[in-house]
Order: sequence, then structure tokens, then C-alpha cells
Amino acid sequence: MTIKDDPAIRAGVEAAHESFGLSAEHAELRSVVERFARNEVAPVIGELYEAGEFPYEIVAQMGRMGLFGLPFPEAYGGMGGDYLAFCLVLEELARVDSSVAITLEASVGLGAMPIFRFGTEDQRQEWLPRLCRGELLGAFGLTEPGGGSDAGATRTTARLEGGEWVINGTKSFITNSGTDITGLVTVTAVTGRGSGGRPDISAIIVPTGTPGMTVSKKYSKVGWSSSDTRELSFDDCRVPAANLLGQEGRGYAQFLRTLDEGRIAIAAMSVGLAQGCIDESLRYVGQREAFGHKISEYQVLQFKIADMEARTHTARLAYRDAAERLLAGAPFKRQAAIAKLVASDVAMVNAREATQIFGGYGFMNDTAVGRFYRDAKILEIGEGTSEVQRMLIARDLGLPART
Amino acid sequence: MDFMNVVVCVKQIPDGDQSTYKLDPTSHNLVRDGKLILDDSDSYGVEMGLQLAEQAGGGEVTLVSMAPNSETSGLRTALAMGAARAILVSDAALAGSDALSTAKVLAAAIKRAGPDLVITATESSDGYTGTIPVQIAELLGMPSVTFSKKVTVNGDKVTVERQTEEGYDEVEVPLPAVISVTAGVVEPRYPSFKGIMAAKGKPVEELKVADLGLDAASVGAAGAGQEITSVVPAEARKAGEIVVDEGDAYQQIINYLEQLKVI
Ligand SMILES: Cc1cc2nc3c(=O)[nH]c(=O)nc-3n(C[C@H](O)[C@H](O)[C@H](O)COP(=O)(O)OP(=O)(O)OC[C@H]3O[C@@H](n4cnc5c(N)ncnc54)[C@H](O)[C@@H]3O)c2cc1C
Ligand SMILES: Cc1cc2nc3c(=O)[nH]c(=O)nc-3n(C[C@H](O)[C@H](O)[C@H](O)COP(=O)(O)OP(=O)(O)OC[C@H]3O[C@@H](n4cnc5c(N)ncnc54)[C@H](O)[C@@H]3O)c2cc1C
Repeated sequence: MTIKDDPAIRAGVEAAHESFGLSAEHAELRSVVERFARNEVAPVIGELYEAGEFPYEIVAQMGRMGLFGLPFPEAYGGMGGDYLAFCLVLEELARVDSSVAITLEASVGLGAMPIFRFGTEDQRQEWLPRLCRGELLGAFGLTEPGGGSDAGATRTTARLEGGEWVINGTKSFITNSGTDITGLVTVTAVTGRGSGGRPDISAIIVPTGTPGMTVSKKYSKVGWSSSDTRELSFDDCRVPAANLLGQEGRGYAQFLRTLDEGRIAIAAMSVGLAQGCIDESLRYVGQREAFGHKISEYQVLQFKIADMEARTHTARLAYRDAAERLLAGAPFKRQAAIAKLVASDVAMVNAREATQIFGGYGFMNDTAVGRFYRDAKILEIGEGTSEVQRMLIARDLGLPART
Repeated sequence: MDFMNVVVCVKQIPDGDQSTYKLDPTSHNLVRDGKLILDDSDSYGVEMGLQLAEQAGGGEVTLVSMAPNSETSGLRTALAMGAARAILVSDAALAGSDALSTAKVLAAAIKRAGPDLVITATESSDGYTGTIPVQIAELLGMPSVTFSKKVTVNGDKVTVERQTEEGYDEVEVPLPAVISVTAGVVEPRYPSFKGIMAAKGKPVEELKVADLGLDAASVGAAGAGQEITSVVPAEARKAGEIVVDEGDAYQQIINYLEQLKVI
């Protein structure tokens, strides 16, 4: 039974999820994607998730809806939307399933966005139209086996030789890097040493299938089971010099902006998952009986759900505020870090509480809350761990870096 | 046909379903004062209209709707899917309209658009009398085909596979015509953000009863030939009976069927 079938509960969910403060167009987009997620994703995702299969058909549908082109100009095949629109979509998708949401988030935020922002006109024309249609997926490889939080410690190298970059090294946990429709991976690599021996990090576009790049088999993950995550290794992998993305030696600085935005997106996904926990819990407590009563009558459970709602509402305000700042051109680094820190925690707590409300069924892989439980943890790790978010907030408040 | 002018009737209905609808205790009319949305049943007609216009190599879909309080949110959804414009009839004088007066209003509005083809759903999700399509056709003097599950336009004719209990009939009628389509004929597209943004700028012409040249006394409560005298809730479906097989389940089932006098 879906939420839609249960009128008493639907009213509560709808009210909780009002589009207050959104423009009519953002509100309409939100409700279209809500409908899409409920009708097209929810019925099929459980089985794909259990089998660890990538949701190709859903990705194709999202491509036709233009979701992969949402925040890009029409000139590149985009929809002319903004970053808030993108976040609203991620929230609604993650409310039903996080693997689907992260596939979109990574391709748009990490794959296409750097090309749009830092790419040459040729690079944009070459990649963006197909990425915007969802025919190709983009990936971004920063993390290495030796570390992700400390991007300055990158070991992968690239040297120019005969008009080509020759790349060597390994990247771990790279989302979207091994699907049948992966078009490119942008990798960060050390391309030289600056004054004081500090590494110059640059970003280089590596098209799928380039000789010298090996895509390993999928990791066995705790969650995000339908998302594609691989290790990539580069062994004298050669790409044209023109594949440099942005300025040489500026790779690190460029991606700080990308990561700041990405935090708002992950916060939106976290809010979606937290909301999904509320949707499911409301539905379940109205059906389940114990000791001769609907469990919805027990105040302990009502309070759990009330707290879930209060947390989710707060986290939603945090990510929307960060997104509004971004759109207004105001500084948003601290707010993005706060939104990600708070929202990922809310997702974790709600997933734990929803699982508790479901009792034994919550521990089963074929319930949505079981999936939410498994999917929540990575939100506190990916695109900057919670510790890194606190570090960013502290730095932004003027507290010193360790010397 | 190189340019096809399709009118799709779209009803804007309360969000929810039969179990959440509220009836006015005295008029027995459905309470429609909250936000209205596009009837899901009509999303098939809109998709069909868009596809036929594309297949004709050119054309446009005009939406026609009658709804209270100048409601346009359902129209915006259909415009976002790709319809070109909308005609909305909204007038306090229409309160209490029955199906026939609704059909009169829709027919008068459709006439203004000069369509080659008119599409409706088989029945609406809130009123579901299923009488509007043929009433419109009669009032417009057009042939009508109901329960269409496949629609092909060939020059000045339309060929329809019409759903029947056994299978389907193939029916061909000259254009202009009215067809009602069943759910599932086509897969309605989800609007893209570009479509949603474009819908903002698309024209919605709002008309009053007088603009349509109709006599106010012939529509609304004044013109209704039907009166709903009472409404009673349908009996709730009883829970099914579960037969546990302890070796004699077949006998229990036979007894049950005999008791129903079906065997
Ligand atoms: C499913 C999945 C998908 C991913 N997708 C991508 C992708 O597409 N692209 C990509 O580049 N990466 C991706 N990653 C990698 C992810 O971003 C990193 O795992 C993450 O940034 C943390 O890096 P790490 O695993 O190396 O942990 P480490 O950096 O080794 O951190 C280990 C622990 O130490 C803490 N820590 C580190 N430094 C400090 C400090 N200074 N002070 C206090 N505590 C500290 C961390 O918070 C953490 O708790 C993905 C990971 C997963 C699991
Ligand atoms: C609870 C209840 C109370 C009612 N009370 C009264 C009453 O007091 N007096 C009375 O006379 N009638 C009453 N009606 C009937 C109701 O007003 C009519 O049913 C309605 O006007 C016509 O609609 P339908 O939805 O049954 O049309 P259908 O024939 O089922 O509709 C078929 C298709 O025609 C199109 N269509 C229908 N209506 C519109 C529209 N407004 N705009 C655009 N396209 C449309 C749509 O494509 C629709 O899917 C009541 C109905 C209900 C369910």
C-alpha cells in the first residue's frame, strides 16, 4: 500500500511537505518529481536494490524529463533551472530512494557542473548536451585509497608528454564511474610542485574507455546498493593536453566551489531520506496493532514521529537557506557546511527511529525503512565527512588551522 | 492534414480520491473550494493530443476546462506537458451545474477553438458519470467514439480501436469528431522544468457564461434538469474469507460456490 492510498495519513504528509515559500514553478517541479518518484521509482527500486542493479530505465526516464540538465542553460541542452530546483528534485527522489538521487547528484553536480563552470567552449559543447539528456553520466574522482578528506595529499600524477597528459595513480569510491553509460571521469592529479614543494593539483577529463584506465568491479557496499561505485586505476593513461579542465594547478581551488555546492545537494538528499522515514512511519503506525491498540495511539511513538518531523523541518530550512544564498550570490560556504552537517545527522537519527517503529520489519531489506537505514550513514561521510564540515565551520568563524 | 488543431477537455478536480472528497450536506454537491489539480484521467487525453499533433507534422493542443474560482493549477500542469493554450470557463452562475449544462458550456467553448479533433477522458475521477463526451458531440453535431484505446488520424478521418468486453471494434469517423480515451492509451509525459517555465507565459483565456452567448438560466443550478435527492455511502467491502488447507479446502470451496449458486 502506498501513502496515496491512505487518506488520513496523506493529509498529514502533505501538510508537512508544503511548498511554502517556493515559487509556483519550483513548487510544480517538486510535485511533478514527487509523483514520478512515487509512481516510477517506488514500485521497482526494492528489487533492483536487493540485486545491486543499476537503475538504467529510471535514469533514462529522468533524462527524458530533463532532470540531468536542470541547472544548465538551454544553449547546452539544459533546462535553464537553478540550483534550488536541482535540490528540490534531489529531496523528492531521496524521499523514495537514495541510489537514484545520488546517481543524479553525482552526474550533475560532480560530472557536468565542473565542465560547465570551468570548461572551455569546446569541452562544454562536447559533453554537456549528452550529459544533460542523461544519455551519458559523468563522474568525478578526487578520493584515493590513501585519503579523501585531505585532498592536498593527492598521489595520482599527470605529466605532459608529447601533447598528452600521462596519468598514473588510483582513485577510490568513484560514483557513476563504471556504468554502461558513463561518458567521462574528471580526475584530480598532481601536475607539478609549487613554491615550498606544495603540490599543484589539476583536473583532467578522462573519457570512458581510454586505454590505461582500468575500472574495477563494483564495491560491495552497506547502502546505496543501486548506485555505481568503483575503484579506478591509471597506468600510463594518456589523454590529449586539451582535456585539462580549468587552469593548470588550480584544480584544488576549483573543486572547493564544486564541493561547497555539493554539500547543499547532499543536505537536500538527507532531508529527503528523513522525510521518507516520516512518510513510512506515519503509514505504518496507522496499520500496526499491539496490545489491542493501533500503535499510533502510543504517545511514545507519536513523540518519536513529532521529533522526526521537527528535525526534518529544521534541516530543510537549513539547506534551503544555503541554496537561497548561493542563488543570491552571497557567501554560502558556512551555511552549506551547516546544512550538510545537520541534515545528514537528521537522516541518520530518523532512519534509526523509523526502523525502531517498524520493529522486526524495519530490519528487513524489503522494507523501505530498511533501505533508508542502510542508506543514511554514507550521508555523514561522502562529499566531506561531518568532521570536515565542523572544520569548515570553525575556519569560517576565524578559528586557526593546526600548524 | 498538415496542421492539426486538437482540443482536449481537462477537468480540474479536488486533490485526493473518493474517500477524501467531501459533499455539501444540503446540495449534495462535491465541495470544490480547496486547490484543484489536473484529473489524472485527463493526462492521457493531453498526451494523446500532443502525440497526434506531432504525428500530423504540426499542430497544437488547446485545453478547455470549466472550473470554479478561476482555477488554473490543473491547466498549468497540462500546459507544462506541452499544450499551447487554454480556455477556462469560470463563473459563479455555473455553480450547481449538472452534466448536461457542463456539456453545453464546454461545447460552446470548444466551438471557439474550431478544432479538428476533440479529446476527453472516458469518465472523470470525481463525478464519473461518463456522459459528457457524447453530450458534447451531440451539441457540436460531431460524430463521437468512446472508449478509444488506439487512435490514428488519416487525412480527414480518424480510425479508432474502441475497447469492448470481448476485444475491440475498429471504428472510422470523419473529422472533426469527439473521442473519449481510456486510461493507459498512452504514457503521459512528466513535464520538464523547461515546460513548467514555458507554461507561465502561455495564454489562458478566461470566459464568463455571457462571453459564450449562453443564457444564464440554461446553466448552473437554474438550468439543471437533474436533482440529487440523496447520497448514501457505498457499503464497505467485506474482508475476504481465508480457507486454510487442512486437506479439505477443496470441499469448503465447493460448498462456498454452491452456496453462491454459481456451480
Ligand atoms: C559510496 C561512496 C561514494 C563515493 N563517491 C565519491 C566520488 O564520486 N568521488 C570522490 O572523489 N569520492 C567519493 N567517495 C569518497 C568520499 O568522499 C570519502 O570517503 C570521504 O571524503 C572521506 O574520505 P576517506 O574515506 O578517505 O576518509 P579519511 O579522510 O581517511 O577520514 C577518516 C576519518 O578521519 C576523519 N578526519 C580526517 N581528517 C580529519 C581532521 N583533520 N580532523 C578530524 N577528523 C578528521 C574523518 O572525518 C573520518 O572520520 C565516495 C565514498 C563512498 C563510500
Ligand atoms: C457527489 C456528486 C454530487 C453531484 N451533485 C450534483 C448536483 O447537485 N446536481 C447535478 O446536476 N449534478 C451533480 N453532480 C454531477 C456533476 O456535476 C457532473 O457530473 C459534472 O458536471 C459532469 O461531470 P462528470 O465529471 O460526471 O463527467 P464525465 O462525463 O464523467 O466526464 C468525462 C470527461 O469529460 C471531460 N469533462 C467533464 N467535466 C469537465 C469540466 N468541467 N471541464 C473540462 N472537461 C470536463 C473530462 O475529460 C472528463 O474526463 C454531482 C456529482 C457528484 C459525484
